[in-house]
Amino acid sequence: MAIFLNKDSKVIVQGMTGATGMKHTKLMLGDGTNIVGGVNPRKAGTSVDFDGTEVPVFGSVAEAMEKTGANVSVLFVPPAFSKAAVVEAIDAEIPLAVVITEGIAVHDSAAFWAYAKSKGNKTRIIGPNCPGLITPGQSNAGIIPGDITKPGRIGLVSKSGTLTYQMMYELRDIGFSSAVGIGGDPVIGTTHIDALEAFEADPETDLIVMIGEIGGDAEERAADYIKANVTKPVVGYVAGFTAPEGKTMGHAGAIVSGSSGTAAAKKEALEAAGVKVGKTPTETAKLARAILAG
Amino acid sequence: MDLFEYQARDLFAKHGVPVLAGEVIDTPEAAREATEKLGGKSVVKAQVKVGGRGKAGGVKLAANPDEAVARATDILGMDIKGHTVHKVMIAELSPEIEAEYYVSYLLDRTNRTFLAMASVQGGMDIEEVAEKTPEALAKVPVDSNAGVTIEKAREIVAQAKFPAEVAEGVAEAMVTLWDTFVAEDALLVEVNPLVKTKDGRILALDGKVSLDENADFRQADHEALEDKDAANPLEAAAKAKNLNYVKLDGEVGIIGNGAGLVMSTLDVVAYAGEAHNNVKPANFLDIGGGASAEVMANGLEIILGDPDVKSVFVNVFGGITACDEVANGIVQALELLKSKGEEVTKPLVVRLDGNNAELGRKILSDANHPLVQRVDTMDGAADKAAELAAAK
Repeated sequence: MAIFLNKDSKVIVQGMTGATGMKHTKLMLGDGTNIVGGVNPRKAGTSVDFDGTEVPVFGSVAEAMEKTGANVSVLFVPPAFSKAAVVEAIDAEIPLAVVITEGIAVHDSAAFWAYAKSKGNKTRIIGPNCPGLITPGQSNAGIIPGDITKPGRIGLVSKSGTLTYQMMYELRDIGFSSAVGIGGDPVIGTTHIDALEAFEADPETDLIVMIGEIGGDAEERAADYIKANVTKPVVGYVAGFTAPEGKTMGHAGAIVSGSSGTAAAKKEALEAAGVKVGKTPTETAKLARAILAG
Repeated sequence: MDLFEYQARDLFAKHGVPVLAGEVIDTPEAAREATEKLGGKSVVKAQVKVGGRGKAGGVKLAANPDEAVARATDILGMDIKGHTVHKVMIAELSPEIEAEYYVSYLLDRTNRTFLAMASVQGGMDIEEVAEKTPEALAKVPVDSNAGVTIEKAREIVAQAKFPAEVAEGVAEAMVTLWDTFVAEDALLVEVNPLVKTKDGRILALDGKVSLDENADFRQADHEALEDKDAANPLEAAAKAKNLNYVKLDGEVGIIGNGAGLVMSTLDVVAYAGEAHNNVKPANFLDIGGGASAEVMANGLEIILGDPDVKSVFVNVFGGITACDEVANGIVQALELLKSKGEEVTKPLVVRLDGNNAELGRKILSDANHPLVQRVDTMDGAADKAAELAAAK
């Protein structure tokens, strides 16, 4: 089962022929991902050899889907061209588009999100500025290292890439059903709530770990959602208690403005919804362990 | 990036938002010529990125050029809520004001859309209006792709219940303000107050603009708007080396990979500090994925150059990046600094986990640098770094 991605997912890579795209396509193939093509209009009709695996390059997402049955696209397209690439994926109605690119202008991400909405949200967008998602042992769509952990029964949703890795590492002996990095930008396609809903419905997930950080009110809304809709245990972690007001902490969305977006408010909201919140990643992993041990 | 009022005024003027004439100066004497150009009278306005400057005495009328020089002398160098005034705007005197309004566009993160806000209760702090009389603040979602046409602007103005005689003028200003918002890749454009003058004009008298730095690739003019004087020197040095660095006020220097992990590292160090004389993190520094020895050296150089730093915590989780590469980076960075004559004198605590952690740890052990200690858990390493900072 897992969420959003499994062994049957047929993955294409927009921006595969660039340096980052090449590097990570090779890694994804190594993790068993079924990569059926790349997209680059200037190299359409050629193919790229990844250690013996020939991956064809198509002129458009629509063509790649038609010829391969692809249902997931991973985007390694530079920021200036990302909006056009995401719009292309939406127009082709590919079910899942994973936007890894960091540094996309907010007016561009707001525009492609509004466009996806106007087209009935037929394409689930994950990211931008995210590490993608992995269903260990089945498929990897993005840049999460495939060898940290194994298949298991924890579902993970996180705004941060490295904290995703850290948490997978802390709980590597238990394993994960899926881990989804939703990204740290102010406008993102898939939210904590979307992932919580999918994990709640996934029979192969027993416990959900949710990682948030300062900025916006996504964690507070997730807390409301958990209270009303999630029956599985949820363990949380929020980064940025010591972040000063008005300073962007690395992620474009990670900024406390006035009293809004603070880590303390997020922790409080999650705890009020029955979520156990750890003070450090290690403590959070311990809380998850204790719940699973019953 | 938040702009000064005069920069906002210039952008408004560029896109057709009605504004009064104004010129920014940084010496009192320049106020004379600027005031003469305006016909002999002016308003001298402190340029600071903080509200409440009027109450603090940072906005004064000048009835003649001599007075303008005197007022500029008073205001330049003044401290307003911790911000020193380095520049003043010499602005045209407003015609008599009959009413003050509020209009803005901003990103609504919650709904992942843009939002127009408008109120007939302008001139005061809008957060106060939102709190005390929320019904007086209209909030209208704006579809990014549809934008604000005159019809949409009329809808916003109608929802905010502007009086009929100003509705069309305000709607027209709302369209030009939207043009500013989009053309400049702004995260916020705010006019407060937007005024109706006795002679029937609609004017933007004060404004705030915040720009999206991710759009710099298509906004070549924006670099010039940066306030280089105000930047902390360490932050400026880090920026010149493309490092993602924020200066904080503690004693433990922090280097890590990935924004989330570094934010988390700051928290873990602050918790650890509670047991060690309350030491706190001295900075945020994310060296990103796949950091080379050079990037590590640049980062260490910035942090060791901070006189507040008493110890350094390098916290790396090897994802795609292998820890042996990171460890080599640290060793090479220390050698590089030594060869530049900047010998490291502050203790470093290094925690490596993840991809090739064992190899990385071995490299550090073999290098056996007297100031480098390895602690293999994040919480343990934070505690050690805090302890070392407290002992100094």
